[in-house]
Amino acid sequence: MLKNKLVQKRRQPEKSEAIALGAKLKYHWKEGLIKAGLFLCAFLSVVTTIAIITVLAREAFPFFREVPFLDFVAGTKWTPLLQPRSFGVLPLVCGTLLIVAGAALVALPIGLASAIYLGEYASRRVRSIIKPVLEILAGIPTVVYGYFALTFVTPLLATFFPSTQVFNAASASIVVGIMVLPMVASLCDDALRAVPDSLRQGAYALGATQFEVTTRVVLPASLSGVVASFVLAASRAIGETMAVTLAAGATPKMTLNPLESIQTMTAYIVQVSLGDAPAGTVEYKTIFAVAALLFAITLGMNIVAHKVLRQFQEVYE
Amino acid sequence: MTSSNLARRHAIAKVFRLFCTVVTWAGVAMLGILLFHVSRDGLRWLDLQFLSEFPSRFPEKAGIKSALWGTVWLISLTAGFSIPIGVAAAIYLEEYAKKGRVSRFIEVNIANLAGVPSIVYGILGLVIFVRFFGFGRSVLAGSLTMSLLILPVIIIASREAIRAVPSSIREAAFALGATRWQVVRAHVLPAGLPGILTGVILALSRAIGETAPLVMIGALTYVAFVPEGPMDAFTALPIQIFNWASRPQKEFHQLAAAGIIVLLIVLLLMNAAAVFIRHHAERKNK
Repeated sequence: MLKNKLVQKRRQPEKSEAIALGAKLKYHWKEGLIKAGLFLCAFLSVVTTIAIITVLAREAFPFFREVPFLDFVAGTKWTPLLQPRSFGVLPLVCGTLLIVAGAALVALPIGLASAIYLGEYASRRVRSIIKPVLEILAGIPTVVYGYFALTFVTPLLATFFPSTQVFNAASASIVVGIMVLPMVASLCDDALRAVPDSLRQGAYALGATQFEVTTRVVLPASLSGVVASFVLAASRAIGETMAVTLAAGATPKMTLNPLESIQTMTAYIVQVSLGDAPAGTVEYKTIFAVAALLFAITLGMNIVAHKVLRQFQEVYE
Repeated sequence: MTSSNLARRHAIAKVFRLFCTVVTWAGVAMLGILLFHVSRDGLRWLDLQFLSEFPSRFPEKAGIKSALWGTVWLISLTAGFSIPIGVAAAIYLEEYAKKGRVSRFIEVNIANLAGVPSIVYGILGLVIFVRFFGFGRSVLAGSLTMSLLILPVIIIASREAIRAVPSSIREAAFALGATRWQVVRAHVLPAGLPGILTGVILALSRAIGETAPLVMIGALTYVAFVPEGPMDAFTALPIQIFNWASRPQKEFHQLAAAGIIVLLIVLLLMNAAAVFIRHHAERKNK
């Protein structure tokens, strides 16, 4: 730029030169504008995060002015829609944990075993069948899983356990487990594949069987990746909404019996939004308090899992 | 080590292998059971009348016309909002951003947004788009909410596609004097297009099945008309399925199953398109 100016001073620029200079300036101006526009698009994600936090906090804070924070997080009775009102969130948390535990029982062993099968045992052809099936399972909408839980899993459970209620935690947690299974399988698969082959070959050379190589060499080496996948799956299960709304019921209570009707945090939010709780009432504010708790829990788990995954990737790169 | 010990170790290895195999195929069987169960319940309700009638109190008259058109409106607008913004964000992060604190922060932020439960996006949409901007319970509010929800998915997929473009292409273009944007527009984007398209299709198919955010912004109402503009009220396929599935009568459950079949066919077609594009691009590259 400076050089061009000097040239301009020294002699009268020809017309074509002036046009070229103008074009160049316009170029840089346009390039800068494009870059700024692209940056704004990327920055929208930060705006979204700020918006989520602001929206949740704006209604949750007034709620905690009416209901003491300690009563909320340590109370064991959740009846915000009925008199006498009580705002202890633990029954919703307990319901959510019951779902997560059940889903983990289904998804973690099956997901990890599938990843081991795909990574260590399966032939290329079998892999090319199972991978797309897992992708399809991952793409099925949650409302479909809810329908499946309600009309297939619950009747099936009822034939084995007659005390099964129409809405119950067990059927919902089984389908939530099926739902997060592909995610566990695919993340564990990535983790197992990241283990260098030299480790496996070294163990085989020492006479280890395939089982020993897998459980004593490959799994320990990929442990942090596997654990991270479990955490991400649990966080997804906590945030799962439609399947638990349809199948797990709407009775918040502290129970460990999976055959009973319960309510999760997400299902409560849906229940209130389906009724008409006018803005500004305490009922309306509860959904923001519950959502803030849900957001905090899932965000914390995701941050931890991503951090573990990143460190794990660095080890083998 | 004695030979009986060796035999035991091999036996364990065999049992473990069998366990992994059986468990994996059980997962595959699960998909089969689900599809069989849904089609057994729903197929007999699935006919032209089902596609061309509005929802009704009487199961034999009910159909998914408004839901189908609502989904078409919703997804078209969502695609219009989210694809340009998502791809632009991916281009910025891959081609423009210096590897510094700001881009690192944005990256972590996007990864975390991808893990936020969809119902939280629903609350965001309810407060910001429905109430604050005053869009009401319209297609516009729904598709803006949905766009925010799938943006992280589109950005992550597009970044991978852009990263897979060999840097030799960029360097050749730069060497010929192209500006950064010229390089991106004329070389990086066309080369990365199949990957970007695949990611976009998968993100949109997620949006088609999402229910919770739409329930939050209030799309679960009786809608017996086809939306004619972005400000009209609407219903969508998953919402209609949820509505039917949450009723106690068996007939409505079967209607829900028929709706699920339609939804799954749409999703399967989109998945097939994504696979086709990926396959085609791989063949071309070879």
